[in-house]
Amino acid sequence: MSADGCGAPVQTATPADVDTQGQVVVAGKVTGSDGPLGGAYVRLLNGDGDFAGEVQASPEGDFRFYAAPGAWTVRALHRAGNGEASVTAEGPGLHQLTIAVA
Amino acid sequence: MSREDVLVTTQWAEENLDTPGVVFAEVDEDTTAYDGGHIRGAVKIDWKTELQDPVRRDFVDKAGFEALLSQKGISNDDLVVLYGGNNNWFAAYAYWYFKLYGHDKVKLLDGGRKKWELDGRELNADEVKREATNYVAKEPDTKIRAFRDEVVDAIGTKNLVDVRSPDEFSGKLLAPAHLPQESAQRAGHIPTALNVPWAKTANEDGTFKTAEELKELYNEAGLDTSKATIAYCRIGERSSHTWFALHELIGLEDVKNYDGSWTEYGSLVGVPIETGAK
Repeated sequence: MSADGCGAPVQTATPADVDTQGQVVVAGKVTGSDGPLGGAYVRLLNGDGDFAGEVQASPEGDFRFYAAPGAWTVRALHRAGNGEASVTAEGPGLHQLTIAVA
Repeated sequence: MSREDVLVTTQWAEENLDTPGVVFAEVDEDTTAYDGGHIRGAVKIDWKTELQDPVRRDFVDKAGFEALLSQKGISNDDLVVLYGGNNNWFAAYAYWYFKLYGHDKVKLLDGGRKKWELDGRELNADEVKREATNYVAKEPDTKIRAFRDEVVDAIGTKNLVDVRSPDEFSGKLLAPAHLPQESAQRAGHIPTALNVPWAKTANEDGTFKTAEELKELYNEAGLDTSKATIAYCRIGERSSHTWFALHELIGLEDVKNYDGSWTEYGSLVGVPIETGAK
């Protein structure tokens, strides 16, 4: 067990064939009008709309969460605008989504 | 105490970047963001390497805090404005340290780095150099810090506020959802604890809710304000954020942060644990 912090790690791309090691991974990309959009604040909300986690997307717009099975909404905030997308994760594995910010 | 006594807005911050006697400090666990760009003139405080003891699980002692602030160029008379990423968690933790060591002129930047960026305000990567000072701290004020025995004794007698997400509280997850999940500790929560996730005290842009909204939130959750309160999370930084909401914004007097939090409690032998949602 680590007493290291709970801070969000620097985000990187998640390969489509990644081994999720039995975890429910919700990952994807934030896009703007000109393609991938970096630096958005990406929030994971559960089925009740309650906050579960937040990361800052990489310069290429990548983000990744380790969740539990269920319905999730991922919401992105950026000075250029906001956007959101939803995904239902039935079980372990990679669940991908793209969030368009406008 | 009013909101203006403990928080500054991003607008105020921008207007006071060059005000003598005001020092901005960015605090985070991972300081990569600072290195890529920070508020002009802000010094960097690394939560992991500078605010924690490198060997024992504890934070820097009085002498260590004095040496750190002296080296950062912070004087006893300075107004220190703390901000950071992660919705100001680590900045709130640092704020709690500053109060613990008796530095009263300290405020948080409401919304932290997130709000600053969402506002589209300027960041720069210039190296910040301040002249060293001779900072003198006071003895730690343990009225705002809870230790494990006190937490066990608080079961059923004081308010315990678990500020982690509902899935961590129930035992479904062992860490926040942006981190890989660990497996070596017990999951669940301290019996009788209320679950009021820290995120409910903040708006989407990272700013704190108003004192009135916060009172309503804790009232609905069943917090008995006639009793003392101990807040905890996993390692004590999210609960510093809630300590700030309860003690500094609502103004409750007897509020402690249990910085040992779940990583300590969930590893103690023989203490009671509850699982499941409330």
